[in-house]
Amino acid sequence: MRFRAKIVDLACLNHFSRIINTIAKLAKTCILRLTVCKLYFILSDKVANGGASMWCELSQGNFFDEFQMEGVAAEHNEIYLELVPENLSRALKTAQSAKAVKIKLTNKHCPCLRVAVELPSLSSSNRIVTHDIPVGVIPRRMWNDFREPSVPDFDVSIYLPVLKTMKSVVERMKNLSNFIVIEANLSGEMNLKIENDLVSVTTHFKDLGNPPWASEDGCQSSAQGRDLESMAEACIDIKKLQQLLAGQQVNPTKALCS
Amino acid sequence: MPFSAPPPASGERYALSASLDNARHLSSLLRAVHFQDHATCFATASGLRVTVEDAKCIQANAFIQAEIFQEFSVQEESVMFRISLSVLLDCLTIFGTSSLPGTSTALRMCYRGYGYPLMLFLEEGGVVTVCKINTQEPEELLDFDFCSTKVVNKIILQSEGLREAFAELDMTSEVLQITMSPDKPYFRLSTFGNAGSAHLDYPRDSDLMEAFHCNQTQTNRYKISLLKPSTKALALSCKVSIRTDAQGFLSLQYMIRNEDGQICFVEYYCCPDENITEAEL
Repeated sequence: MRFRAKIVDLACLNHFSRIINTIAKLAKTCILRLTVCKLYFILSDKVANGGASMWCELSQGNFFDEFQMEGVAAEHNEIYLELVPENLSRALKTAQSAKAVKIKLTNKHCPCLRVAVELPSLSSSNRIVTHDIPVGVIPRRMWNDFREPSVPDFDVSIYLPVLKTMKSVVERMKNLSNFIVIEANLSGEMNLKIENDLVSVTTHFKDLGNPPWASEDGCQSSAQGRDLESMAEACIDIKKLQQLLAGQQVNPTKALCS
Repeated sequence: MPFSAPPPASGERYALSASLDNARHLSSLLRAVHFQDHATCFATASGLRVTVEDAKCIQANAFIQAEIFQEFSVQEESVMFRISLSVLLDCLTIFGTSSLPGTSTALRMCYRGYGYPLMLFLEEGGVVTVCKINTQEPEELLDFDFCSTKVVNKIILQSEGLREAFAELDMTSEVLQITMSPDKPYFRLSTFGNAGSAHLDYPRDSDLMEAFHCNQTQTNRYKISLLKPSTKALALSCKVSIRTDAQGFLSLQYMIRNEDGQICFVEYYCCPDENITEAEL
């Protein structure tokens, strides 16, 4: 098992750091899956607690200048690691103005991800800050637990409004109620609602746009025959939603909700 | 009019209906009196008064006169209801409290009458939020009966002079003692805390003193925990008038200028804790 990679471009590094920061805010531990072309950050389902689960797929070519990986075996050319994203986030904090960042999988006393940050210095010799982040290697027999989740059958899929507005509204609603109802339809309208004995508040978003889903998939047929105006709704724990939104550090071009 | 489609059904008469282009003109004033969960709203043709009380000793009033609103109409002689101020503020600031230049939340407020909820329609950047807040039976409010003829001592200070003093009040002291006198120390704030007593004097010829009309030496003590919330009003204001009557009741009136330069008032009334009329300290 070998892994080494290098980032030289500052913009790529910043983007990568922001993604890690977002993940760090969502969960204490996550799975990092490495393949020849991609990195995946996976949070397993927490269906029992109603929390967030996550599947993050990154093309390594978008971030890394060098990327070499050798998996556990030839037929299974992948590596699965368990790590604490907060550690990685903190290591990358020192790399804000770095010349280069090298990441390598090592096994000196225990498996670690060694993050070496090369910092600019006035003298000719380089300054290198190294962080050793302990990781757990996930054995092959457990890889099936972390398969890509299939998008569940949905009734409505819609683009999210400006996250900043949504964040403010959900934050205020959190003071008023424990649960929030999100409803949306295929005409690009989405409502956030809370209701209790004291107060009811509804925020209406319009003109959001609905993403087109390929109709080859059989599961989309339920959305096809759907009345454009009728709303599909879901009731969720507001604290968890607020946590999810508050952690967003990456400014998405588009964010989807289904 | 910030809303293209008026929310009330045609033919409905609302006991209170108002429109405000910038909801912050209302929310910032309400925050200055938000030291209890509930408030009493009292509306007449002249405007809106929001009252908050605590311990039957302190009362704060925020006045937003009708001219501040783009539209303000009260059908009956007056309209009065009790409402959760915390919920009202959360609704008024639903789009956030940070004020980006150029963006503001437009507000429309409607109240059908006794027993009906207060309806708020807020809009910012094309997003509309509708709030329905239940109202309650108004409770009887304290009447401090403070009128200008009964005032014994009065000073008007520029708020910047008092802001630091109030922000740094020794909270381990149970009382804030206020001395006003035609002679030295003229105007003194004192606290008696665990570390010792602290006195802050303002001379009558100070630049900060805009008006000084003290006829009698008075020293009164007020529960500091009750007065501390007035710091919020002080922070927003440019001037404050401090008056006491023969019983030692305290009136603090804060002149607040909003983003558009309009003037509003917030006042705090407080009962004295004990009455010490001697000048000796």
